[in-house]
Amino acid sequence: MPEREQKRRSAPARETTEVEAEEAPAVTERGEKLKAEIDDLLDEIDEVLEDNAEEFVRNYVQKGGQ
Amino acid sequence: MAITKVCGMETEYGIQVVTDGEMSPTTAASLLINAYVARLERRIGWDFEDESPGRDARGFSRESAMPPEIETHLVNAVLTNGARYYVDHAHPEYSTPECSDPLQLICHDRAGEVVLARSMEAARHLLGPGEEIVVYKNNSDGKGNSYGCHENYLVERKVPFNRIVQQMTPHLVTRQIYAGAGKLGQENSETSEPVRYQLSQRADFFEEEVGLETTLKRPIVNTRDEPHADAQKYRRFHVIVGDANLSEVASFLKVGTTALLLAVLEDDFEVGRDLTLANPVAAIRAVSHDPELSTRIELASGERLTALELQWELFTRARKYAEAEGLAALGDESVGALLLERWEATLNGLDTDPMSLAGQIDWVAKLRLMEGYRERHGLDWSDSRLQALGLQYHDIRPSRSLFQRLKMETLVPLEEVESAVTEPPATTRAYFRGRCLSLFARSIVAANWDSVVFDVGADPLRRVPMMEPLRGTAQHVDTLLDGCESPAELVERLGS
Repeated sequence: MPEREQKRRSAPARETTEVEAEEAPAVTERGEKLKAEIDDLLDEIDEVLEDNAEEFVRNYVQKGGQ
Repeated sequence: MAITKVCGMETEYGIQVVTDGEMSPTTAASLLINAYVARLERRIGWDFEDESPGRDARGFSRESAMPPEIETHLVNAVLTNGARYYVDHAHPEYSTPECSDPLQLICHDRAGEVVLARSMEAARHLLGPGEEIVVYKNNSDGKGNSYGCHENYLVERKVPFNRIVQQMTPHLVTRQIYAGAGKLGQENSETSEPVRYQLSQRADFFEEEVGLETTLKRPIVNTRDEPHADAQKYRRFHVIVGDANLSEVASFLKVGTTALLLAVLEDDFEVGRDLTLANPVAAIRAVSHDPELSTRIELASGERLTALELQWELFTRARKYAEAEGLAALGDESVGALLLERWEATLNGLDTDPMSLAGQIDWVAKLRLMEGYRERHGLDWSDSRLQALGLQYHDIRPSRSLFQRLKMETLVPLEEVESAVTEPPATTRAYFRGRCLSLFARSIVAANWDSVVFDVGADPLRRVPMMEPLRGTAQHVDTLLDGCESPAELVERLGS
């Protein structure tokens, strides 16, 4: 399962352009900061997230409303 | 001078039953609401006398139109805070009381979340072990089914409806750049490139520009002409296109900007150039489908603007209006000033770095959470864990809500939200409705937006009409209510 996901993830890499490369330092810095902020939160989320995500998502079916 | 933009919000919550047996969502929603209102001294039913959802603001009724049905047999309660809590289309729905400014409305919308959370707690005691009813404040199940979060604004009757359509459509199409609640993937829409993440929960479900429907062929501008007030003087602009927000800032912006732009048009303020869109239905989806905010949408004039550029124009108009006419139409000058400040800051944030708004805007917060989680676990965008995360952001249970863990900026102190669970706004007719329910529940047989019906022991029942949304406030009726020993005396003194 993870292997298949890894392969799919590699796809966007080829979209990298020169413009993005120029902006890279700022983006990376900001990205690192956001990552640090969110890390603790993500630890918590793993504890809170429904155990069987697939089943949970499949079962969430609503009647249409307004 | 524009009239005060009395406003309200109606939220249909998503509902999920955890059980090994069978329970329909309608039964679950009824159980949930009954569990909550069973705590009240006596349940007050809703009075359907005034309901006519099939009336069209354009002054006609089309044969093909499907006016919403009123389900009179389902649970329907009025609360002491002036709100209506009921079952609609198999969903629990909470209609806030009428509020006199957007910040007050955000407080009452939040109080609605508390009511739903307490309802889940109350229902737990009525269910078997392991069973639970869970509600979500969202607008889509991710499988093509949507349910709404509607807004209502008081507008003067004299404003021609076609002007409302013309001037409000560009706003309703573009405000999602800050008011969208965010959604993984797409529904009911096909695009050449699949949409991974979009701004709005609702945009995929809009198929018409203008119309009466709310459940099929949903229109961007809804024409329901049911003012729940003096129809000679007022319209109720009924907005069905918005997402239910969890973020207070996003919700405040959604309601406040819309109310202010309605005041601009009501005063016929010099609005600048015509921003009519060439194709609003295509535009609302295109804007939603682009979290990069770079998509240009075409105006009828042929010019192409981004949603953000369009919002800057609307903001500039609103600010000019405020400088010339003041902000009394928003109910409170200071609330109006806060709105302009936050609107500008948010547009600036979206201009420079949308991710900087992760503490304020739902779609940004959710996207950041998903990005972080995806990166950490090396997930594909289609992974069901991301979909679960997208649903659980909206879970109302404090133990499970991902939104609550994000600790986003709030605008209303928690004590005020707590108070709004039982206390009505003091500045609209909701005050009279709510106070009467607190004081004389045993003598009230029914209530609705524009009347309270008393049974004072002698036939016939006495209906107290409330056709003016800004009368029946604490200022108007406190002395009267304090001086009445009985409901009979109240009705007598009101001359009903």
